[in-house]
Amino acid sequence: MARRITTTRRITVTAAGWLVGFLIFFPILWMVLTSFKTELDAFSTPPQFLFFHWTTENYAIVQTRSDYVHHAMNSIILALGSTLVCLVVGIPAAWSMAFAPTERTRQTLLWMLSTKMMPAVGVLIPIYLLFRDTGLLDTHVGLIFIEFMANLPIVIWMLYTYFKEIPKDILEAARMDGATIGKELVFVLAPMAVPGIASTVLLNIILAWNEAFWTLNLTTVSAAPLTAFIASYSSPEGLFWAKLSAASTLAIAPILVLGWFSQKQLVRGLTFGAVK
Amino acid sequence: MATRQTHILGRILVAPSIVLLFLWMIVPLGMTIWFSLLRYSLLDPGSESFVGLLNYQYFLTDPAFFTALANTLVLVGAVLAITVVGGVLIALLMDQPIFGRGIVRLMVIAPFFVMPTVSALVWKNLLMHPVSGLFAWVSKLFGLTPVDWFTDYPLLAIILIVSWQWLPFATLILLTALQSFDEEQKEAAQMDGTPPLAFFFLMILPHLARAITVVILIETIFLLSVFAEILVTTGGGPGLATTNIAFLVYAQALLQYDIGGASAGGIVAVVLANIVAIFLVRLVGKNLDA
Amino acid sequence: MRIVLGALLGAASMLAVGQAYAAEKLTIATVNNGDMVRMQTLTDDFKAKNPDIDLEWVTLEENVLRQKVTTDIATKGGQFDVLTIGTYEVPIWAKKGWLVPLDHLGADYDTADLLPPIRDGLSLDGKLYAAPFYGESSMVMYRKDLFEKAGLTMPDSPTWDFIAEAAKKITDKPGEVYGICLRGKAGWGENMAFLTAMSNSFGARWFDEQWKPQFDQPEWKDTLSFYVNLMKEAGPPGASSNGFNENLALFNSGKCGMWIDATVAASFVTNPKDSKVADKVGFALAPNKGLGKNANWLWAWSLAVPAGSKKTEAAEKFIAWATSKGYLDLVASKEGWANVPPGTRASLYANPEYQKAAPFAKMTLDSINSADPTHPTVKPVPYTGVQFVAIPEFQGLGTTVGQLFSAALAGKSTVDEALASAQQVTTREMTKAGYIK
Repeated sequence: MARRITTTRRITVTAAGWLVGFLIFFPILWMVLTSFKTELDAFSTPPQFLFFHWTTENYAIVQTRSDYVHHAMNSIILALGSTLVCLVVGIPAAWSMAFAPTERTRQTLLWMLSTKMMPAVGVLIPIYLLFRDTGLLDTHVGLIFIEFMANLPIVIWMLYTYFKEIPKDILEAARMDGATIGKELVFVLAPMAVPGIASTVLLNIILAWNEAFWTLNLTTVSAAPLTAFIASYSSPEGLFWAKLSAASTLAIAPILVLGWFSQKQLVRGLTFGAVK
Repeated sequence: MATRQTHILGRILVAPSIVLLFLWMIVPLGMTIWFSLLRYSLLDPGSESFVGLLNYQYFLTDPAFFTALANTLVLVGAVLAITVVGGVLIALLMDQPIFGRGIVRLMVIAPFFVMPTVSALVWKNLLMHPVSGLFAWVSKLFGLTPVDWFTDYPLLAIILIVSWQWLPFATLILLTALQSFDEEQKEAAQMDGTPPLAFFFLMILPHLARAITVVILIETIFLLSVFAEILVTTGGGPGLATTNIAFLVYAQALLQYDIGGASAGGIVAVVLANIVAIFLVRLVGKNLDA
Repeated sequence: MRIVLGALLGAASMLAVGQAYAAEKLTIATVNNGDMVRMQTLTDDFKAKNPDIDLEWVTLEENVLRQKVTTDIATKGGQFDVLTIGTYEVPIWAKKGWLVPLDHLGADYDTADLLPPIRDGLSLDGKLYAAPFYGESSMVMYRKDLFEKAGLTMPDSPTWDFIAEAAKKITDKPGEVYGICLRGKAGWGENMAFLTAMSNSFGARWFDEQWKPQFDQPEWKDTLSFYVNLMKEAGPPGASSNGFNENLALFNSGKCGMWIDATVAASFVTNPKDSKVADKVGFALAPNKGLGKNANWLWAWSLAVPAGSKKTEAAEKFIAWATSKGYLDLVASKEGWANVPPGTRASLYANPEYQKAAPFAKMTLDSINSADPTHPTVKPVPYTGVQFVAIPEFQGLGTTVGQLFSAALAGKSTVDEALASAQQVTTREMTKAGYIK
């Protein structure tokens, strides 16, 4: 990794990077700040940036009003569960489409994506009836299934794209060396696929985490994730921006931590590529 | 190149996905098509009767239909343009040796973590509100009249909010793709003194082509069904300025509880989405092979 | 697959058997408004009195709640034992036989104490199908200090002309004070709640006796032009996307001279924790045009039991507890009289302690009593409901018409265009739904 990077260049890109990052992040930062304000300060003009009366009462209210841990656990189960199933089913499919494509692969891929084109509101009633009759309403299994089906096309697409980036000649070489498909997968493909899989996992978890239509409409209590937690703070009769900000901050906190780790994973993937 | 054995194995590996997705598609689709031919109000169960294509006739002749169609296309097109161009630029920047790169990347990805209804509420009330919003305050600092976003540029306001949500997605995918770009090639180009612009257009952009295609196709799917942001900010108004097809279907399904009409709307939306997808694939699909 | 299903069913039935011995669990769907949230925190009192009943809360924002509850009850999903619904749903659902009539609320419940307009709105053929948890009408909230400065006196029952004149006088656009804040965001429960109630006072109506839409009549033109002109001259920027909460924020930060909206807002605008103008607010009846109707609406969030529920008895016990006089006393003893859910019982308004704690009590009561859901308009109509038309099609219709009217407010179309389109879409939808033969 011996790269010659001038200090000026580093400073320039650092400044530019932080500026862009800050601008994009600003609405969230503003939301987090708002969560520490009183409802009255939340919409005061001129806006107050740092020198307002800091309070944690919004968090205290959220704490006493709803069971954050219960909802967060459900979100985690749902996001991880559906992602896991997606990977188990999706990796083999994407692998074979990327490395052993047939003349129908492209059509298949497009068809898979087209299963997502039905607007969810349009099929709510059919799905609700099916869930009612199979007893899946308000269950983890039912929700994981829905999120799995909803995200599988995306997962296959993303994995397929990343797998396609892996140079074929490496595989050819491995095959020449007499590697079996199993070995090919574990020793050659896997390390190179790590960044792609990592970003797929991250995106899939986020999609499942934020999916607010099915998770709201198919749950009541036992399987209700953080989307339901949020929906109990948005738009009541009365001022709610500070409390909603607090609830949202709590809802994105776990996934922010996850984002931190997975973006490290992305960087590690990069070094793999460079070392090879 | 691939052996017969791998072909068979390939089929076996793809099979579960195909079977599951097929069932997932065909069962609700079948039910929806059937419902779309009925007069079926959820609030009046037991009165279902077969009406043929009447629901389609009403949905397609809805005075709001063509405006909604146009709004849908503008919304999707604009958000795609913003996120792809912005995503490429930001991904390139994030790929640079920034000090504290991890944190900056996390900040850039973060908007994707916020639930759509929450980001819409935050943008509408805390940022874009013409009296108490932050943007209004900033423009007053510069002595300008605050922009009244949801009255004067309602669709643009929605586009900005949705773009903000999807920019991280594009950035993340493009950044990942960028990282598989050969370091040696980069260095070689730098040593040759290839001008940066030429390097970008001749080397980087072609390398990102497939990732861009994926971003476009996947985002399109999600953007075609945006309605939560519209519901909480403008309720589809003023007039039809922010009504899109998904919002029309929403109104049929969850305001009117007209399942027949909503199903017909859903089928129309599927057909339209497929047309858009075919068009997009014609446009960018060649990047998928090779 | 079948084995798995069998095992699942077996496990489920065992759970069900297990539950019969344990406490009965009620799942209660409710809105996330302050009074309901408070009820949730007082659950312990109910459990102390009914140790064999467990409560499980599903608290959601109004839109989400409505779509969930409606989907569930219409498909007989059976997910909820107690529903929180409004005066719009109750008559429609009761007619469908989806709700259990509340006959067993107990001897000391005192149904006669419920305010008549609210009780009527929740009854069908003399039977109560939902018990009101809190009720609201709408009224004028105004800034006494600004009125004084402008040399104006607000009458108890102002006319629209006075409101318009006062709004223009108070408006100070450079100083960011707007004479009047009104709802503008499109939606059947947003701008159309206000505009429908307003149109009643102008003598307009949604439909004539043959269900023919009336937007082509002069009364609607008067209503809408008056509203648009008033807001243009004295309203805040961005009015076409302001709903209840946006206006509340504006009023509480001192930017509105007047605000006509739900009576529950009174407790927010007079709460010094949430409002900069808490000690400067006065109240008046919603305006009129001298035609015998005021521009106020009527709404009550109410508790009901879905038909087919197996826990009817426990559910009624809970409803009786939450809407009783005893509950009002309980809230008063724990949180003070000002926080008692308003607008349901005559006895509350006769209580001197409540009158003292809530300066808006009398105006709220007068507003509620002046609304008549069974005869909402000057001319006869085939429907009930003050700020809505109690037919299933209204949510969709109201939202579409609301979009058209918000366009007129935003200046994207003229009043005439908006009304012509409203007439056209309403006729179309009513024909499709089979009202117009």
